[in-house]
Amino acid sequence: MNKEEILQAVTIVFREVLDNDSIVLTERTTAKDIAEWDSLSHIHLVVAVEKRFRIRFGSREILGWKDIGGMIDSIVTKVS
Amino acid sequence: MDAFTRLKKNLKEDFSGMQPVRVALLGDTATQWLAQAIRGAGYERGLDLRLREADFSQIEQQVYDPSSRLYAFDPQVILLYQSSQKLLAAYNILEPEGRRDLAQSRILQVDSLRAAIRARSTASIIYYNYPEIDDGVFGSYANSTDSSFVFQVRKLNYELMQYAMAQEGFYIADLAILQQQAGRSVFYRPSVYINTDMEISIEALPAVAGATTSLIGALYGRIRKCLVLDLDNTLWGGVIGDDGLENIEIGALGIGKAFTDLQYWALKLRQRGILLAVCSKNTETVARQPFESHPDMVLGLEDIAVFQANWNNKVDNIRQIGTALNIGLDSMVFLDDNPFERNMVREVLPEVLVPELPEDPAEFLEYLYSLHLFETVSLSAEDEERTKMYRKDSERGAERLSYNDEETYLASLNMGSRVEPFNPFNGPRVAQLSQRSNQFNLRTVRYTDAQIRGLAESPDAYTFSFTLEDRFGDAGIICVIILRKETDEMLFIDSWFMSCRVLRRGMENFTLNTVAGFARQKGFRYLRGEYLPTAKNEMVRDHYRSLGFLEDSGGWLLDVQTYRPLPTLVNRIGK
Repeated sequence: MNKEEILQAVTIVFREVLDNDSIVLTERTTAKDIAEWDSLSHIHLVVAVEKRFRIRFGSREILGWKDIGGMIDSIVTKVS
Repeated sequence: MDAFTRLKKNLKEDFSGMQPVRVALLGDTATQWLAQAIRGAGYERGLDLRLREADFSQIEQQVYDPSSRLYAFDPQVILLYQSSQKLLAAYNILEPEGRRDLAQSRILQVDSLRAAIRARSTASIIYYNYPEIDDGVFGSYANSTDSSFVFQVRKLNYELMQYAMAQEGFYIADLAILQQQAGRSVFYRPSVYINTDMEISIEALPAVAGATTSLIGALYGRIRKCLVLDLDNTLWGGVIGDDGLENIEIGALGIGKAFTDLQYWALKLRQRGILLAVCSKNTETVARQPFESHPDMVLGLEDIAVFQANWNNKVDNIRQIGTALNIGLDSMVFLDDNPFERNMVREVLPEVLVPELPEDPAEFLEYLYSLHLFETVSLSAEDEERTKMYRKDSERGAERLSYNDEETYLASLNMGSRVEPFNPFNGPRVAQLSQRSNQFNLRTVRYTDAQIRGLAESPDAYTFSFTLEDRFGDAGIICVIILRKETDEMLFIDSWFMSCRVLRRGMENFTLNTVAGFARQKGFRYLRGEYLPTAKNEMVRDHYRSLGFLEDSGGWLLDVQTYRPLPTLVNRIGK
């Protein structure tokens, strides 16, 4: 899976969890860009992404992401 | 879509027309998701749960302050959730010699919280028990070490059960069992807890919310009363009509152990008060054979309240079972190994709960355990006798056919009724009847044990419980009336509900004679009645009219000074 494919898959997870089909993610997207993405839904997103890729993120890793790109980078290291 | 996402989506659905319940949630960890999941799960059970969360870790402040937002909210149910993680944190800071008192001091704290709530509120209290955590300090020797955390958390869960047995209106939600069923690694996600202070993982939340709402539903009469069983390949292996009596799998034959265990489960439910019914496509005499003469059968014909074996479709048969037992379709659970039958029943009778049984009969039981099908908040001695009572009802029914005159038949029953105000002995059964009566229920006000006790002590309420017995047996308390003083001449009928088992026996007339006589004796002029329609109580729409009440601005009035007792064949027992 390359970064682009991962981004697509993550987008689908975000749309489902946040119940909003118009969400479009880029690597630069942050929580400020999406209304439904608050601290509460954040952890739901993380868990749903973990499930989608059958991986687990470390708790410090989660705090370190600046944007979607950070999450994608974490996924890349775990699925490759 | 994962189950939690589905529950969250439910929050956007229309809750109008659903039973509203004010629920306060007080926790010592973050509870926002739990609150959302509970409201979402309530939607799937037809409950409009109006959740109010206390601020983070505000249990004591909210409970002990009489002017807190908790009491201003006037909750009907209070959920108290103290987490295992915080219990462990409290344990950690104790001096080693103090650790053996952890469970005891927590029980004292729970009792203090309960007492403070009870002083200010009649809300039912639901307390979550503690999922076990093994901190590994003592290894298995923790079991021999009373200062270990494992020892204390198990002791605490045990003491909570003892405590719940002694307290009315205090119920345990069994979080420990839910963790055991899901597995600790699913139930608890350390990274989520560290980052958000939420103890229950997203994956486990739907099960926790489901168990919580089932319990709340049970408080409001949403309970399953009847297990309807298919026979071939459900209650035994094989097809009795094809394989013959010697070849069906039960007991030692083939995978018979799976079916034996299932039958013991059904038997235990029957002994607890759940009615069992058979619904099978079979020739009746053939279907009865195993019950009559197979040595390994656990269930006998005497355990089955209604035996429906024929070649009609199962939808009609289930309807007939409901009619014969006088219970609603929404209080029935239907077990069948055949997906076709399951789907047909699910489609035509959506109120009936139809578990999607696994293909392998060996998996039936564990799957059924996980569904928490038969939640309840009370048991009475009469529950255990229920099948007998229903079977007597069908005997009465059979005999009824042989009398051509119904009145002659009723007279031959020697019916008697004991009338008593609410007291500590009949209170639990009165509350239970209040929660379970749907059809013969004029206003469908649900009362908990605690509220029933409150009514018994209220100077402005007059309470009546009625039993009914006849030569076939004693049906126990089957009817309840609550009157409230409105003015010096007016008594309002706050509640009038009756078990449908005793319909057409003349109890309506007898009970009205009793309360009208009481009202007159106390110097009142009028009884005022009201009918509040629900989806289920159509049968009593014309109740007051047929008893001689006169319509009066949307309600019904009876002048007790000029009232003449109505004819009845029920005699009052005792004073």
